[in-house]
Amino acid sequence: MTHPYLSLENVGMDFRVGGRVFHAVTDVNLSIDRGQFVSIIGHSGCGKSTLLNIVAGLTRCTAGGVILDGQEVNSPGPDRAVVFQNHSLLPWLTAYQNVRLAVDKVFGSSKSAAERHDWTLHNLRLVHMDHAVDKRPDELSGGMKQRVGIARALAMEPKVLLMDEPFGALDALTRAHLQDTVMEIQTRLNSTVIMITHDVDEAVLLSDRIVMMTNGPSATIGEVLTVDLPRPRRRLDLSDDARYIGYRASVLRFLYERHAKPEAA
Amino acid sequence: MSTISENSVVARVQGGGGLSALAATLQSALLQARAKLFDLLPLIVALVTLLGIWELACRGAGSSLPPPSRVVTDTWELIIDPFFDNGGVDKGLFWHLAASLKRVAVGFTLSAITGIALGVLIGQSSLAFRGLDPIFQVLRTVPPLAWLPISLAAFRQADPSAIFVIFITSIWPIILNTAVGVRQIPQDYRNVARVLRLSPLEFFFRIMLPSSVPFIFTGLKIGIGLSWLAIVAAEMLIGGVGIGFFIWDAWNSSLMSEIILALVYVGLVGFLLDRVITLIGNRIAGRKVG
Ligand SMILES: Nc1ncnc2c1ncn2[C@@H]1O[C@H](COP(=O)(O)OP(=O)(O)OP(=O)(O)O)[C@@H](O)[C@H]1O
Ligand SMILES: [Mg+2]
Repeated sequence: MTHPYLSLENVGMDFRVGGRVFHAVTDVNLSIDRGQFVSIIGHSGCGKSTLLNIVAGLTRCTAGGVILDGQEVNSPGPDRAVVFQNHSLLPWLTAYQNVRLAVDKVFGSSKSAAERHDWTLHNLRLVHMDHAVDKRPDELSGGMKQRVGIARALAMEPKVLLMDEPFGALDALTRAHLQDTVMEIQTRLNSTVIMITHDVDEAVLLSDRIVMMTNGPSATIGEVLTVDLPRPRRRLDLSDDARYIGYRASVLRFLYERHAKPEAA
Repeated sequence: MSTISENSVVARVQGGGGLSALAATLQSALLQARAKLFDLLPLIVALVTLLGIWELACRGAGSSLPPPSRVVTDTWELIIDPFFDNGGVDKGLFWHLAASLKRVAVGFTLSAITGIALGVLIGQSSLAFRGLDPIFQVLRTVPPLAWLPISLAAFRQADPSAIFVIFITSIWPIILNTAVGVRQIPQDYRNVARVLRLSPLEFFFRIMLPSSVPFIFTGLKIGIGLSWLAIVAAEMLIGGVGIGFFIWDAWNSSLMSEIILALVYVGLVGFLLDRVITLIGNRIAGRKVG
């Protein structure tokens, strides 16, 4: 029988806060195929980041487990590159150096210095940042920083790319640009991606499947929506596409009708 | 500042030929010198005023302190020849300062290395923090000279004792500031390091040091200042060549002017030490934002 590329099996996470146990996430089961783009959407505090960090290996889950490409995940590693919400570039390094650090670390023994240089530039070119390679993060705009963060993650050639609200802090226009870039790269490289988002349009536009989470405590997957729209997708064509509108509506219904955040109501 | 550089650019652009180019360079140099002088003007005014007041106050015959003019005439020999060496402790001021600086260099280097290492330890490990921080907090309040009898008893020699006093005086701010620097390393940077699987050594050099450099240098700056305070005091007690002993010796011979000259040097050297550390810190931290 064939195994899914990435699977979360009965994943649960309890936090111990001052002697009391807080069940953040329980019983999460999810299988993701190679090359699939999956978004996780849910209200704030439901446990999306917790889940992503478990896949990244940054947090050890207290129940169940994660299997990637036949191997159990129990520590962080470059095969599960993370794009953090606030870019987390090292401010004392230039864009090039930030990416190069990752490249050196991952390909230090398998690529020559010249190849690593080329690979670094190649990835910066992918995210359209080849014009600012020698700039430090504080000289870059928010969107540009996030691009470099994506380049750094892509440069590791991860088995799965994890993105925690990668565009959350950006204005709408920059966000749209970056979404297009990510879509274009994902199609080109056929990367497996898990992305956390708060934005319904973003989820429908980018994803093959949308994982909708119930509210915590003991949050879990409420529903998984398969987005069956042909690629490449263009936001303008989709804006009045009936299927697109339908998908959008069902995510909205999930979030605001069936699982409206109690205190936000 | 910006107008100056604009002016010089304009001058350079206008000057087509060799001669006018030279004139332009000269003009911009002049402008720059004038700007420097202008920057220093308040300082010069303050100095002249203070010296003037001092001169007036101490001019009288019965004054217990010499006026600045007397200080200069009394110590003219020492000022113009800081390099003489008549053996023993009868040396020029340069040698006294050099001897003190050498002790500070040794003691401060030791405390910088140990201090950063201990700071990293208590910054990284909360267990070490809970164990050591209270001890450090108590020890750091012990005045420098209170360590001297202990260190004399332990080392039985003047020089190592003085160096130990410098070490023990300057180490606390280095430890505590380094620890703060290490503790403030954002979790994001730690996560990046974990995803990249940086080794502890790589983490230290690629993340921890650059991220906490401003904090470490704050500690080093306070530390070098304390070292310089401590060495002058310690040398007064242990004797030998050194600016501290020079002052003590002058006091015993009632040479007030020499003491005042020595104080000026002590102040200037202390200021320079501070500048040097700041400069190195800025150099290294130039690659980092706040
Ligand atoms: N280290 C921790 N210790 C205790 N509780 C935690 C910890 N990390 C997360 N939690 C709790 O777990 C729940 C889920 O947190 P998480 O950060 O995963 O939410 P999220 O869905 O990513 O929210 P947001 O959309 O606001 O980023 C929250 O209630 C949070 O308070
Ligand atoms: Mg989150």
